Amino acid sequence: MTHDEILAKLHAKFGETFTTSEFRDNRRIIVPAERVYAVLEFLKEQCGFDMLVELGGADYLHYPHATDRYGVWYVLVNTTTGVRLIVKTFTNDPEPTLPSVFALWKGADWMEREVYDMYGVVFDGHPDLRRILLPDEFTAFPLRKDYPMRGRGERHNFPVITRPES
Amino acid sequence: MALAGVSESVMVTQLDKLANWVRKNSLWPMPFATACCGIELMATGASRHDIARFGAEAMRFSPRQCDLMIVAGRIAMKMLPVLQRIWLQMPEPKWCISMGACASSGGVFDTYAVVQGIDRFIPVDVYVPGCPPRPEQLLRSVLDLQEKIQRTGTLMGKEFQEQRLWPHPPRPLAIELPPAEEIVAPGDFTSATRLQADGRP
Repeated sequence: MTHDEILAKLHAKFGETFTTSEFRDNRRIIVPAERVYAVLEFLKEQCGFDMLVELGGADYLHYPHATDRYGVWYVLVNTTTGVRLIVKTFTNDPEPTLPSVFALWKGADWMEREVYDMYGVVFDGHPDLRRILLPDEFTAFPLRKDYPMRGRGERHNFPVITRPES
Repeated sequence: MALAGVSESVMVTQLDKLANWVRKNSLWPMPFATACCGIELMATGASRHDIARFGAEAMRFSPRQCDLMIVAGRIAMKMLPVLQRIWLQMPEPKWCISMGACASSGGVFDTYAVVQGIDRFIPVDVYVPGCPPRPEQLLRSVLDLQEKIQRTGTLMGKEFQEQRLWPHPPRPLAIELPPAEEIVAPGDFTSATRLQADGRP
């Protein structure tokens, strides 16, 4: 099944609710957040995309011509035919939320946790959504563009051990 | 043991020297290697540079058996509690070498996640500059530490009772920026990456 056939199936199923873009051999479809789970489920069940290669996020604050703040993309592969497809969606403040795709691909577990860790995007339905890289007591989401690069004092918030104490 | 005509303090002084001589020539390093400085540390321990020439070849990976912590590499804010715990687990007398720019000052990693110098949180005896330092520099620091132990060491560890850290909360670095100065995505990829005075990119 080629990209064009997949797009035709998607159009037949979902109408014109999504847009497409292309860069070199990357084929992308941009789906609104409320349809993204249905589209991904359709792609997995009907189009054979049985592998989620990557789930990543980005903050488009101050980005030129950006209309939404948080972008999340899903890179899918059909391991039978080798076809790749990128599904992209956006979400916004104050409570950026997306449906979890853990039920479709178990590999989404840690990737969704990382996106939550860095951007604060909450994945509804994730079985164990907590921080994965940063310490549990960290309160900010450091890859957001409005987070200062030097942090808000987290790197200095430790007890000082002196010679007599140690 | 007191000899006729010799006061008690002379005897203690000589014992101090003996203890210092013993200690400085059998340092047992705890290699706290977290980055590329650790590779240089390994090279220092290997045959070409051979830290065994200075009696510090017995690297142990248990802090209970070590008396010299060599912090080689950047320390993330998630790693610092581990570093402090390991430091506290080492028995007295103990010393610390801060190896490389990252351990000493954070180096190029001036970000929210990297501690800007381990001496803000644990005592450090010798700093080694370099990114990463050559093995010769690390050997030099071991020699410097040996000299320091010989000159300041005491049998009962009295030199450790004094306060060697700045007794107040860490002073901000000169280059520390206020949190209000935010780093944002490049506007049109030709302008600067910092916010302008009016808050615009």
